[in-house]
Amino acid sequence: MEYVLAFLVGGIICVLGQLAMDVGKWSPIHVMSMFVVLGAFLGSIGVYDWLVSFAGAGATIPISGFGYVLMDGVAANMQERGLLGIGTGIFAQAGVILSETILFSFLVSLIFKPKG
Amino acid sequence: MKLVGKQTWIYENEVYLQAVATAVGPMETEGPLGEQFDVTYPDLYCGEDTWELAERRLMKDAVQVCLTKAKLEINDVDFFLAGDLLNQNVTANYIARDLPVPFLCMFGACSTSMETLAVAAALVDGGFARRVLTATSSHNATAERQFRYPTEFGGQKPKSATFTVTGAGAALVSREKSKFRITAATIGKVVDFGIHNPLDMGAAMAPAAASTIRQHFQDLKTSPEDYDLIVTGDLSGVGSPILRELLREEGYELADNHRDCGLMIYRTDQEVFAGGSGCACSAVVTYGHLLKEMEKGNLQKIFVVATGALLSPTMIWQNESIPAIAHGVVLEVVKGER
Repeated sequence: MEYVLAFLVGGIICVLGQLAMDVGKWSPIHVMSMFVVLGAFLGSIGVYDWLVSFAGAGATIPISGFGYVLMDGVAANMQERGLLGIGTGIFAQAGVILSETILFSFLVSLIFKPKG
Repeated sequence: MKLVGKQTWIYENEVYLQAVATAVGPMETEGPLGEQFDVTYPDLYCGEDTWELAERRLMKDAVQVCLTKAKLEINDVDFFLAGDLLNQNVTANYIARDLPVPFLCMFGACSTSMETLAVAAALVDGGFARRVLTATSSHNATAERQFRYPTEFGGQKPKSATFTVTGAGAALVSREKSKFRITAATIGKVVDFGIHNPLDMGAAMAPAAASTIRQHFQDLKTSPEDYDLIVTGDLSGVGSPILRELLREEGYELADNHRDCGLMIYRTDQEVFAGGSGCACSAVVTYGHLLKEMEKGNLQKIFVVATGALLSPTMIWQNESIPAIAHGVVLEVVKGER
């Protein structure tokens, strides 16, 4: 059941993105940015927490999960530091995603050569 | 006066295409015209380390083969006219770096092939040069990086998108009698119909092609029937019907004697979306295929209209539309010259 829910929720998020591109004629960059913003917004009002507990990877793997992680870090830091926590917390959780992305991109680029 | 009407040049002195050469990448080699190109590469890198070097390799090959066919050395050439799609025309400039010849760099996006040919013929006709070498190139991977999304980004493309041709074409223009004469050229105006989508350049370029073709007919008082073939550069499956419709509205019926290089260079089952595009598209199809058809006697007189979308990613980000231009050159078979 866990897998089915993850598949359904993740799939619905992707369908929304595809519709924004195909029907709304948004560019891929716009869709990506909007999903980060949407994830951050839903994260800040607590909705995304519920979605993650409900659908797991189905909610964390799409790019909206990145927006949620940004806000998650902010929320934790704000409890300790108040407003300053917005600045210090924004990459507190997301930093690991960014640094891992860079590290793995680097490693992959050492091994492979682009084909096109 | 060699200017006829508003935008058309008639070359009064006999100006010839002395030699032409083409070099292409893997997808073009696998396409229906694959066997007609002079140099073919089975790999996008063309034996080089980077895409930019690969594009340069293609242009260099085209230039060298063209000179070899004309039995000339580079020092016999008076001027070199070339252009490509990359910022600062790096392919053309870096090829010219290695050539001991005065150089005029030209940018007309994918219309560069006929832009350079028209100006080369004008220089030769006007007595400003004896022999002018022209070249143009494009490479799928360099163009993707510059104008669309890097392949690694994995962006989706709509069916209206075109596929940049990997290749280069070179032509040597002189007064030395050959099988092909350059008789006229129509220089296009920049036309902008307000298309903003860089993944639909066929629609952006069709009005420019229509403008140049209509002006050509008006200037020379000719009609589509006067040509065995009117061939556009890279309007693709999206732009070609728009062009025919625009000209039909003006009373010109292109019907069966219109073809588009972007639809000729690939098979329909190759994954190229709406068709081929890029500077090399019109160059390699014209120099590699159409001239051979003329040589065989299948075509006597053709009007090649190379279409260019003057696309700048920076301008697109600033919400500007895509201006377009088209330049046309008339090529005729010289009777009795085999």
